Amino acid sequence: MTQTPAHERIAKDVAENDVVLFMKGTPAAPQCGFSATVVQVLNHVGVGYKSVNVLESVELRQGIKEFSSWPTIPQLYVKGEFIGGCDIVREMFQTGELATVLKDKGVKSA
Amino acid sequence: MTVAQTMRRKLEAEFAPLELTITDESHRHAGHAGARAGGESHFHVAMVAPVFAGLGRVERQRRVHAALAEELAGPVHALALALRAPGEGQ
Repeated sequence: MTQTPAHERIAKDVAENDVVLFMKGTPAAPQCGFSATVVQVLNHVGVGYKSVNVLESVELRQGIKEFSSWPTIPQLYVKGEFIGGCDIVREMFQTGELATVLKDKGVKSA
Repeated sequence: MTVAQTMRRKLEAEFAPLELTITDESHRHAGHAGARAGGESHFHVAMVAPVFAGLGRVERQRRVHAALAEELAGPVHALALALRAPGEGQ
C-alpha cells in the first residue's frame, strides 16, 4: 500500500486517540443513517471518541477505505484496532461485547 | 441481470449458503448521497453459510466484500451484512 498524506493522517488519528470513528458528517449532524447509528451506540455506551468526517476530502474518504481494506463507512477503531462498521458495532453493542472490548482495552467512559 | 441477481449468483457460488436473503433497501435512502434512480444502490444481505463457522465478524464481512468487490466498486453504495454460521442465533 502506498503511503499517502491521508493515510498518514489516519494512522496518526488512530494512534493518538483511544476511540476513533470515521463517519460521514459529524456526531451532531450525521450525513448517513449508518454513521448515525454508530454515533448513537457510542453515545449510549458513554465513551468519548474522536470523530473524523470523511466527507471533508476525497483523499480521506478513499484513504480510510484503503487503510482498513474495508469498502464502506462508518469505521470504528479502538486502541488502534479496527473493530468494524455499522453492522458489527451494532451487533457487538447488542450482545454486550462492545462494552467488554472497551473495558478490556482500558478505555475510560466519558 | 439485475445487481441483486448478480450478487446472488456470486454469493451462491462462493459460499454455498443454506439461507440467503438479499433485500434492496435503496428506497429508504432515496434522495441522499449514493442513491441512484431505479434503486439497487443500498442492499441488506442475510446469509447463513458453514464457511463462517470459526471466523470473527470482521473476517466474515471481508470474505463477502471480496466476493462482491466489483459491485462495491460500482453500483452498490451500501451493503449491510448479517452473516451467520449454521446453529448461531439471530
